[in-house]
Amino acid sequence: MASLIEFIGRQQDLILTRTAEHAAMVLTALAISIVTGIIIGYLITYNKHVAKAVIYVCGMIMTIPSLALFVFFIPILGLGPRPAIAGLILYTLLPIVRNVYVGITSIDPAVIMAARGMGMTEAAITLKVKIPLALPVAFAGIRTAVVMGIGLGAIAAFVAAGGLGVFIFQGIQRGNTNMVLVGALFTTVLAVTVDKLMQLVQRQTEKMVE
Amino acid sequence: MIRLENVSKIYPGQGEPIIEGLNLEIQSGEICVLVGESGCGKTTTMRMINKVIPHTGGTIYVDGKDISTINATELRLNIGYVIQEIGLFPHYTIEKNIATVPNEKKWAKERVAARVKEMMELVELDYDTYAKKKPRHLSGGQRQRVGVARALAADPPIMLMDEPFGALDPITRAHIQDEFIRIQARIKKTIVFVTHDIDEAVKMGDKIAVMHHGKLVQFGTPQDILTRPTDEFVENLVGHNRILKRFSLVECRAIKPSAAVFKITGERDEIIRRIESFERTSSFPVIGIIDDDCRPIGYIPMFKYEAGDETPIENRVKKVKAVQLIDERATLFDALGRLFSSSERCVFRMTKDGICTGIITMGDLFEAVRVNG
Ligand SMILES: Nc1ncnc2c1ncn2[C@@H]1O[C@H](COP(=O)(O)OP(=O)(O)O)[C@@H](O)[C@H]1O
Ligand SMILES: [Mg+2]
Repeated sequence: MASLIEFIGRQQDLILTRTAEHAAMVLTALAISIVTGIIIGYLITYNKHVAKAVIYVCGMIMTIPSLALFVFFIPILGLGPRPAIAGLILYTLLPIVRNVYVGITSIDPAVIMAARGMGMTEAAITLKVKIPLALPVAFAGIRTAVVMGIGLGAIAAFVAAGGLGVFIFQGIQRGNTNMVLVGALFTTVLAVTVDKLMQLVQRQTEKMVE
Repeated sequence: MIRLENVSKIYPGQGEPIIEGLNLEIQSGEICVLVGESGCGKTTTMRMINKVIPHTGGTIYVDGKDISTINATELRLNIGYVIQEIGLFPHYTIEKNIATVPNEKKWAKERVAARVKEMMELVELDYDTYAKKKPRHLSGGQRQRVGVARALAADPPIMLMDEPFGALDPITRAHIQDEFIRIQARIKKTIVFVTHDIDEAVKMGDKIAVMHHGKLVQFGTPQDILTRPTDEFVENLVGHNRILKRFSLVECRAIKPSAAVFKITGERDEIIRRIESFERTSSFPVIGIIDDDCRPIGYIPMFKYEAGDETPIENRVKKVKAVQLIDERATLFDALGRLFSSSERCVFRMTKDGICTGIITMGDLFEAVRVNG
């Protein structure tokens, strides 16, 4: 324990760098998967059959081991953060797509019918009714995706993407327990902190529709 | 004015039309009630008028214009719509819910705010208490009022109301129906009102359109429907207590009571003469007694005067009870209820200023229904 603390003290700068790297990688991937996920989730609400198919495919992707997914992109994108980001995007798409879809489709149809019948345009209905009402559920999906992304990001070191996973992989190779622990610990701290912060935001979205 | 010409509807993927050859004309300022069993196509018919559901045959005219030539949003913004499930926006306050259409129409802020206040007053919801509340804090009845207020907010000339009071218990429903009739007398909208309840149809409608399996089976005034049902279906729908239903078609002020009313001091001699010369002519003989300002005092049940009976007038009068006072705009149905619940021989027909304009007896009720039937 004491040696762990000492290790952290010694490697402060490197830990910070790796954490920043990790966050940047996850953030990039999530920015893309959130935007695409919301768009896909919204569009598939207009067709039940397409929705079923899309959610099924996203679910299939999640059953692929993450390591295999990262490796799959190496021939196309080379080594480094790029295959990792591509893998993370695919992996985190499901909770976002699914929650956006569920969030919108579980809105009381009477509310949307009333909006349409009173003469609100489709754009107004989306903006003023669908988005705010779907927000708590959709945001919960995004939160899951972000936390998942941070965890998975640790594995991305395997494709030389950097991040906190580097400590874990190098630690295992060199038999350095402290290094492994630092990688695991800081990944967890990052995930839990972000999760808690997002929980606060989620409470706000819930309050809006209550 | 709304006109449906040979309108039909086949839902996609279905062979059979849900609505077939529907012809209907709704006059401006009138409430036309679409009534029929659940599933007969009332909601479908209503939604075709504001293009929420496209019709697949025939032509629909709103104010003389074929709706297929009107932009859907524009059409809908000028037609108030109360949907069966109310459909308030759960994330909006009551105020913002009511302001929906004025906001869509880009009214100025102050105008919207003033209108919201006016609407809440109209449907008797206290502004200070409810304006900032969310729909889930309101009772079913209050939500339905908000639904009506929201539909009325932009002052559309036409209203579509799909079972607007359906979710209410009978007492609240009767109250909100009365209120709405009162409101409509003032605002004179052209209203298509859907219900599956024939009693509500009779009460609310200037005209009633009876639908059966997507077809119009009878169109006419409530009086027509009750007195001359065209076929067995309408007869069954109307039910066997048609006489009772007809009571609810006539207001108290519309009848001519048979019993006389006298002022206790001003017409004292006449009262004494009536008592002394009494001959039984009606089965419920009474005379009404009022003070010189025409406020009700009571009534005197009449019977053969016995010689030597010196009972003073004041002692013969049965004092009026509160339950006997009935508004002249109430229906004979209400009068009947009052007669029974007071166990008295008459009720006092009152103006809203508290003036008694006559007394109504059971005999008058029978006579009114006989004449009107
Ligand atoms: N979107 C739809 N697609 C197919 N059939 C429908 C649809 N909406 C209503 N129907 C059918 O049309 C008929 C009439 O429905 P509706 O107009 O809602 O009747 P009502 O309002 O009189 O109860 C019903 O048999 C119903 O099942
Ligand atoms: Mg219906």
